Amino acid sequence: MSGPTPKDFIAGMDSNARKSPTRVVFVTRRTSAQVKVTAEDQVQTYPELLFRAVVAIEVLAIALVSMALLFNAPLEGIADPSHTPNPAKAPWYFLGLQEMLHYFPPVVAGVLVPGLVVMALIVIPYFNINVEAEGLFLKDRERRVLIFYVVTAALCLFLLLFDVYVALVPALIVAGFMALAAQSSPQSASAFRRGLAAKPLSFWIMTWFLFELTVLTAVGTFFRGPGWSWVLPWRS
Amino acid sequence: MAKTITNYFDELRGTRVWRSVFRSGSGSSTLHRALAIQQNVFLHLFSTKVRTRMLSFSATWYLGTLTLGTFLILVSTGIPLMFYYHPSVPQAYADTKDLQFVVSSGLFLRNLHRWSAHAMVFLVFAHMFKVFYRGAYRPPREFNWVIGVVLLLITLLLSYTGYLLPWDQLAFWAITVGSNIASAVPVMGNKVHFLMLGGNVVNANALLRFYVLHCMILPLVAILFVAIHFWRIRKDGGLYAHQSEPRTVAARSVPAKGVPVP
Repeated sequence: MSGPTPKDFIAGMDSNARKSPTRVVFVTRRTSAQVKVTAEDQVQTYPELLFRAVVAIEVLAIALVSMALLFNAPLEGIADPSHTPNPAKAPWYFLGLQEMLHYFPPVVAGVLVPGLVVMALIVIPYFNINVEAEGLFLKDRERRVLIFYVVTAALCLFLLLFDVYVALVPALIVAGFMALAAQSSPQSASAFRRGLAAKPLSFWIMTWFLFELTVLTAVGTFFRGPGWSWVLPWRS
Repeated sequence: MAKTITNYFDELRGTRVWRSVFRSGSGSSTLHRALAIQQNVFLHLFSTKVRTRMLSFSATWYLGTLTLGTFLILVSTGIPLMFYYHPSVPQAYADTKDLQFVVSSGLFLRNLHRWSAHAMVFLVFAHMFKVFYRGAYRPPREFNWVIGVVLLLITLLLSYTGYLLPWDQLAFWAITVGSNIASAVPVMGNKVHFLMLGGNVVNANALLRFYVLHCMILPLVAILFVAIHFWRIRKDGGLYAHQSEPRTVAARSVPAKGVPVP
């Protein structure tokens, strides 16, 4: 709205649209986000951003070089197809998947779940519910709370049925916070509960995913020994 | 002393040869600084200006920048590693041993390459979650988020294909475990598994395939997508900053008067 105004301009006096056109922008909820309304402080990319980026990368390089000087990359004996180590582990970022393979058939844990995760990640920005990001329980509360309890109960039952206690614990913790969010509102006394009440559905799903990913990967990396049995890493 | 170096540098930037290489020329005016970005084939992927707010550490944690940093380290350590490596059985393992014990700084190169690879996988995940929690995937940035997901998959594939190259027990069985998952794909599982390894088990063919993918195909694809990823940041209006987005603006009441007041 604001901007450089000609010196001879008198506010509110001129109604001749041909002589002094005024652009009025109506920003509605569905308007493309490409419209820039506020002018804010900007700096030149060169040198401000570039130099900061270079410093960040140099700090990273120092950290990694130090690590490379202190710790050696693992190297075991030559590959031997006739001698299977126990346990045979995938790279660490796949150990969450390998942990799931322990409970579910390969077509579920190895194909269906990762496939669905990738698809879910891709479609996140294409759902208006994620773009608007309103608190999950702020509208239509009774129905949503009911759905939440049914879905959570079904998920927990499913995990119990397959003895997936490792995945059950994070699910229950996140569900606990969601239940608290359902009991909170923007008028809650504590800032923490006001924050919970404002969290949208995508936040809860992503947080649950992050929690499960971390726990499953950590369990697969540190707590699994011969025959994929439970071991304690500090007692080996 | 510092002034002298600066003077020399300014002189250098004024020379005919420098001017022929860098189109922007010398000078420290806003225009010259903008041209330094805009007239450079690599830097023109970025916008010439950036919101001051986005420079703060808390805005991005510099996770995207750091991911690029790991990639640069991986390319610059990977190329010298290739000089000492033959992707054949059992020579690959012997070469890795040589890097460990014979080649000068070979151990350091391999260590740096491996730790940077782990760091890159970790940073890509961290970058994704940071972007998500900031809500930076919102329109018009949807497609850049999708490119980000593609880059996550490319990173995982890069790391996974590199994992086999030392040809030790760790490498062999990790790839065996991982590739067996491909067999679980319905209907064409075994075909996919065979295509991936060039055989029914991890063997010399698999090593060669993984080597070509790791050193040639995947890095090129990664560079292509990284370029699009950076370019889209500029095209989508710079890094996502909460207050400048219209969603927040729309939430405010639109001023009743349509006439700007000086």
